[in-house]
Amino acid sequence: MKAFLMYRDRDFDPDEKLPPNADALMQDLELNTLLEAMARGDEFVFAICRQALLTGLDDPEAIRYRQDILRDCLKNAAVVRELYQIPIEAMVNKRKSYLGIFSIHYASGVLSNAIRLLEMFVELLRKLRRIADEHAESFQSEGFRRFFAMIARELDDDYSAVVDTHLKALRFRGGVLLSAQLGQGNEGTGYVLRKPPRRQAWVKEVLTARSPSYGFSIDPRDDHGARALSELRDRGIDLVANAAAQSADHIDSFLKMLRIELAFYIGCLNLYERLTELGEPIAFPVPVDAGRRRHSFTGLYDACLALTMNGRVVGNDLCAEDKGLVIITGANQGGKSTFLRSIGLAQLMMQCGMYVPAESFSANLCGRLFTHFKREEDTTMKSGKLDEELARMSTIVDEIRPDCMVLFNESFAATNEREGSEIARQIVSALLEVRVKVFFVTHLYTFAHGLFESRRQNVTFLRAEREEDGRRTFRLVEGEPLQTSYGEDLYGEVFGA
Amino acid sequence: MVFESILYLNAEGSARRESTDPPPCFSDLNLDQVVDTITARRQEYNLKPFFYTPLDDSDDIRYRQEVMQDLEDETLLESIRSFAEKMAVVRRYLGLAEKLEFRNHREGWFLEAAIVYCDAVAALAHDLGRAGLRSRGLLAFRTYLTDYVSSDGFVSLAEEAARVKADLSAVRYCVTINGLKVRVRKYEGETDYSAEVEQTFEKFRQGAVRDYRTKTNPAAGMSYVEAQILDCVARLFPEAFANLHGFCERHDRFLDETVRRFDREIQFYVAYLEFIAKLKEAGLPFCYPEITTAKEVYDYEGFDIALANRLVPESIPVVCNDFFLEGSERVIVVSGPNQGGKTTFARTFGQLHYLASIGCPVPGRKARLFLCDRVLTHFEKVEDIKNLRGKLQDDLIRIRAILEQSTPRSIVIINEIFSSTTFRDALFLSQRIMERIVELDCLCVWVTFVDEIASYNEKTVSMVSTVVPENPAVRTFKILRKPADGLAYALSIAEKHRVTYQHILERIRP
Repeated sequence: MKAFLMYRDRDFDPDEKLPPNADALMQDLELNTLLEAMARGDEFVFAICRQALLTGLDDPEAIRYRQDILRDCLKNAAVVRELYQIPIEAMVNKRKSYLGIFSIHYASGVLSNAIRLLEMFVELLRKLRRIADEHAESFQSEGFRRFFAMIARELDDDYSAVVDTHLKALRFRGGVLLSAQLGQGNEGTGYVLRKPPRRQAWVKEVLTARSPSYGFSIDPRDDHGARALSELRDRGIDLVANAAAQSADHIDSFLKMLRIELAFYIGCLNLYERLTELGEPIAFPVPVDAGRRRHSFTGLYDACLALTMNGRVVGNDLCAEDKGLVIITGANQGGKSTFLRSIGLAQLMMQCGMYVPAESFSANLCGRLFTHFKREEDTTMKSGKLDEELARMSTIVDEIRPDCMVLFNESFAATNEREGSEIARQIVSALLEVRVKVFFVTHLYTFAHGLFESRRQNVTFLRAEREEDGRRTFRLVEGEPLQTSYGEDLYGEVFGA
Repeated sequence: MVFESILYLNAEGSARRESTDPPPCFSDLNLDQVVDTITARRQEYNLKPFFYTPLDDSDDIRYRQEVMQDLEDETLLESIRSFAEKMAVVRRYLGLAEKLEFRNHREGWFLEAAIVYCDAVAALAHDLGRAGLRSRGLLAFRTYLTDYVSSDGFVSLAEEAARVKADLSAVRYCVTINGLKVRVRKYEGETDYSAEVEQTFEKFRQGAVRDYRTKTNPAAGMSYVEAQILDCVARLFPEAFANLHGFCERHDRFLDETVRRFDREIQFYVAYLEFIAKLKEAGLPFCYPEITTAKEVYDYEGFDIALANRLVPESIPVVCNDFFLEGSERVIVVSGPNQGGKTTFARTFGQLHYLASIGCPVPGRKARLFLCDRVLTHFEKVEDIKNLRGKLQDDLIRIRAILEQSTPRSIVIINEIFSSTTFRDALFLSQRIMERIVELDCLCVWVTFVDEIASYNEKTVSMVSTVVPENPAVRTFKILRKPADGLAYALSIAEKHRVTYQHILERIRP
């Protein structure tokens, strides 16, 4: 039994190793804000959504699989939330009655606990079956249809009765018969439980022994001997205890996996409801192959900013086909960083199968997303600022491959303009050459202007808008880099000149 | 050549006593840390004495280098590892057998030990037969082992052990446990009940789930209940057990002394190779030094092996450095800013020569090293209140002791001596010591702030630790023969991090 709600053919791995730059992404894209809205206080949902966002997919088919399931979820929110309660109930029950087979090291203990667990699980599976019977019809996605069909098939009506019978048979009231052979050091091994003799047959067998037999008895006062004997008995029932315990485990892990995989969609539901409250739109993105270059969208906004501001925020439009580099320049406080974050956020959301914060959105997938944002001065004094930035750049180069994407935010400015520009130029030119997609917010005029002069076809220049009177629109428009970033405006604002 | 030892070329060498204490230079050179790491997971072999005992004959060194080179073949190394694992098992089984009280049980484990031993030896002989060996040591050992494996003693040991084991393995019996009563009889085809139960639960058991079967520990021994059952089994199958008793009497000492010794000694090589494999993986080069009795030495891309041992697990890059001495050059004087890698460089020089002298490959791409009689070190010591001497005095006493011990074949490493006095005094004292060293004509690396001695005469070579000129806080850890040219700009930091246009193109591959 597999839930398979995250992947068509495998379980979601909540412990999959995160990319080494996960922390940088969390920080630079303000992912905590997004995840808190998704979690709505549920730490488990938080953790799973975080995992999903940071271990995105790079196959458009796999993304569409999740998108379809998510559409079903948005349509059947109440049913999905009810389903999510089932694994939670199992967890609560286990905790309440201290059920668990984990710390027991002898077979008879494993067996009796496994039987109790199985009885509890069977009850919950019946409930799951009822939900499936009632609501399967209103789900269209391939993932949910398979899931409900699996439930109906695996948990047919006879099954719980059959299980009950066998759970009883495993009590072994009448003693055990084992066969064995001599293993290493002549120690008994390969104990196999054999069909137990009937009660009367025991006496008869001894009396009418078909073949020679030898025997002995343990003195009733000999605790040590009795323990040794029961250990031997345990070895005999080891396999059946294992079978029962593994079955309990399997159902347990099925329910756990169901919780994990539903948690992602619960997170999506929560965020959707929140954004809808704020009056913000969402769109299911159209992913295209990583080998292509596209960033075309309308009304793309920074969901984290909207959540923080608790209201609608300015969105941006862009139509960039076959562009490998987007240079963003312009006014201070003009929305450049916000724009860059919205690009990163949309990319992560798209690649984990979510909707994106936009009116419409289509972009190429990328192998991995990297951010290179300014950092605070290194307090350990291990290295200077430029040194630190370049060290981080080097780490990115270590990991990056063609068709990945990097977002630079005012990088390489910790030296003079000419040298910073030269470093930026070299790095960006090389990245473009190896087909890495780049968004670069910069005040380095020599760098931006130089690129503009080179008239490359695959570069787009965006500029943060500023009205004649200095007001910011927080909207980006296509435009040539300027020599000023209007720092004077800020000065004026702050000093009231 | 009669094979005796894989570590020593001739019987004299093998008879020589292995030193149980490290040479005095060990802790200054941080070789103690390195040897600790190398031998950490091999305590049972007691390998440290091998690392504490340098060789003074270049042919002895080559003997080891050859063996080491043969063992760089991963297939062969794997064979040796597998042999060692089996021999460890043999030792464990024999140790176990010694402690057991029930005869059928004890003899059972003795038989297991013999079987594993035969398998270990036969497999090694087979593997060596297919290996392309070139070293004198392993070729001689192969000959020895081939003879041993075809000897009557070994053949009968192996055959008999296998036969006795086969008979015992064929034994099948049934135990009925009812309350406190136990009966044992031969197994007569009763059906498997577990299989029936397992089938019922099959549906719920998919996927890799946890294994709840009880782990039985082979060394757990046997309760007397089991021993009684075993005695019942022995009565049911008298012949198989009689053969076992006979085997144990005939072969009570089956371990061959030369094989046993080889098993220990070869671990010297395996341990070292495993250790440097981790460093090689991090891109650090190792090479087999040419051993020379002339004093023209060099090493390219060498590094401090102890520092690498610390940095590589943390993925911190290790800086490599070159040196060479030619003509009459004998003394490398290292000067330059603190924390620039000078001490590391000096250590490296000492380590290289020491490691070469025990026959090991050394850090570096290509090396020629001097066959020295000893490595002497003078590193700063914490002031010791017990010796009632001032620091300068202590420095002088220690350096005098070193100069008294050293010969023209010694290597002397001096690290920041005479720091505890005025510059003028230090210059004067340094010049005096330099006179003696130059006169002695030994090889020396001398780390100092007294730049003047760097150009003492034609025997001294000046090397300088370098920094990024624009930002002297940034160390390169490169020690160069000439002063830095002062041309390091922002782009050179990019160079340092290998993020220039050219670098990135080289580093990112499709």
